Amino acid sequence: MSEQCRVITYGDAGVEALREEMRRDDSIVYIGQGIGPRGGNFRQTRGLWKEFGDDRLRDTGICELGATGAAIGAAMAGTRTVVDEVFLDFALEAITQIVQQAANISYMSNGKIKAPVVIRGAMGSVRSAGAHHSHTFYNWFANTPGLKVVLPATPYDLKGLFKTALRDPGPVAVIEHKSLYNTKGVVPEEEYLIPFGEARTIREGKDLTIVAMSRMVDLATKAAARLAEEGVSAEVIDPRTIVPLDRHKITDSIKKTGRLVVIDESPSYCSFAGELIAIAAEDCFDELQVPPKRICSLGVPNPFSPVLENQMIPTVDRIVSEVHQVMKQSRRKH
Amino acid sequence: MSELVQAELISKELLLTYYKKVLELRLFELKVQELYRNGRLPGFVHLYVGEEAVAVGVCSHLGIEDLVFSTHRGHGHALAKGVPARIVLAELWGKATGSSGGRGGSMHLYAPEYGFMGTNGIVGAPIPLATGAALSAKLKKKSHVVVCFFGDGAVNSGSFHEAVNLGAVWNLPVVYVCENNLYATEMAFRRATKNTSVASRAAAYGMLGVEVDGQDVVAVHETAQAAIQRARQDGGPTLIECKTYRYVGHHEGDPGTDYRTREEVQQWKQRDAVKLARKRLLDAGVTEVELQAADQEVERLIDEAVEFAEKSPEPAADTVNEHVF
Repeated sequence: MSEQCRVITYGDAGVEALREEMRRDDSIVYIGQGIGPRGGNFRQTRGLWKEFGDDRLRDTGICELGATGAAIGAAMAGTRTVVDEVFLDFALEAITQIVQQAANISYMSNGKIKAPVVIRGAMGSVRSAGAHHSHTFYNWFANTPGLKVVLPATPYDLKGLFKTALRDPGPVAVIEHKSLYNTKGVVPEEEYLIPFGEARTIREGKDLTIVAMSRMVDLATKAAARLAEEGVSAEVIDPRTIVPLDRHKITDSIKKTGRLVVIDESPSYCSFAGELIAIAAEDCFDELQVPPKRICSLGVPNPFSPVLENQMIPTVDRIVSEVHQVMKQSRRKH
Repeated sequence: MSELVQAELISKELLLTYYKKVLELRLFELKVQELYRNGRLPGFVHLYVGEEAVAVGVCSHLGIEDLVFSTHRGHGHALAKGVPARIVLAELWGKATGSSGGRGGSMHLYAPEYGFMGTNGIVGAPIPLATGAALSAKLKKKSHVVVCFFGDGAVNSGSFHEAVNLGAVWNLPVVYVCENNLYATEMAFRRATKNTSVASRAAAYGMLGVEVDGQDVVAVHETAQAAIQRARQDGGPTLIECKTYRYVGHHEGDPGTDYRTREEVQQWKQRDAVKLARKRLLDAGVTEVELQAADQEVERLIDEAVEFAEKSPEPAADTVNEHVF
């Protein structure tokens, strides 16, 4: 296999991004639980402690509020930091620091103080983790002015976006998906960065636009392949960052296809999917042929039972079936 | 002659400087109170009247690159750290010339150019932030220190516990200064906690805790000096509990009399920071005439701040979207 098509895991892509950036910028300090010698609960810092030591890989006890606040304070004082919440759920212990301090600081100080901090956490349903370890509240973050929100779906995107986050002047929430850590993808050896606010068209199509984020991208892509066999040409777009959002690439696609389906692992009520549908209504009202559709998790706490959990989150079958329903609707008469 | 001056612990000149600073903080807040009551200032304000000796005694040891994190009751900390009164007042007025161009206000005053890292609207929140800033200072190895002010209301919060613990275990150059004014809004400290000695809590984190008379600028000066020197020399953090009192209500508009007696307020005023500093100067041989000259100098400074803030422009409405990221 040539270097150009080297395949690595999502987890290793994150480690590579960190290693490269921590070598390049010796001010970067990484704070979290079990991220030192242990290498991270998800192996997300594997090998870094050996190279960078205790000063730069700072293990803490269980104190998300204190550790996140400290990461933000250090960033305000000029030390770039990463704070690893491990499970995104645990960021709730520290949400006041993220929302009230980090996100507000640039504005409150008239741009005089920046907080170059990356808030890292793994979200989402995976193998019956249950209600306390499965949340996907990136829509809350996206509703907080001052926070950038990154949702990488592939190893390639994770590495390129994480590196960009580690050079960004402000707070960035880099939200991985727990069930993606062992997935594999092509990641070039040579350095690259992915700018924020550039959506990726994963598959081109003409009948409808499917927008999906994070793990839902994989489901959307699989659904699109099946739909193609069944005569439906779906365009699949991954925004990759929801703040900032590549509004134009999404609306251009909707204008082209006239149909929109959004796949979102959060519950639909007040979701990011809802925001995309609002955007479609504002920007593509004339071009929409049928009402846009949200395919989201059900509005219930994450169930433990595999049967119930599978019922709660979107699946390829459900996406295919609901897309067919959308395609059956007659076009609007203008 | 004052014993302290005699023992050359503090020069007459320095004492005079302290007196003027304490008075500046006092007169500034009384002016803010007047402007606020006359409906001139938007938002709401929490005044520092009565606690001035703490900010002055601590900040006197800090250079411009040492950082201060403050509270909702933080105008005095900003002034003591060297932020000019005129840009603090302009910010309270929401003017474009204010320290945050009118985007912050009383509880979001930021002046990093003076090493002032902000007042804060969230009780307890600055303690983790200051701890992180101290981590940054330690890693930069330039002997800078960070001071975090907070009230007794903050010490029962999780923020205090988690952050002070990190500061201690990482041996950071930070001084935690608790201004124990006995009331968190209206809640008496003795009703909020079984152990009313904040300083004693330091032992729980394996760090030094000291208690000091927060009404006496010289006492605060001495205690803070030792703690700040220790922090500068990589000796780790200190928790200082300053026993103090606010003469005014929690915020302007709260009479502050529903939960404490007038006698208690009067009793604390007997040991007023301005009076105590003035007495020390008189004891040290400074004349009434010299003191009156000092008073006038401070009064002029406040008058100039009012004139500056009042005449300053409002921010342009179309700049509302600037500086979000």
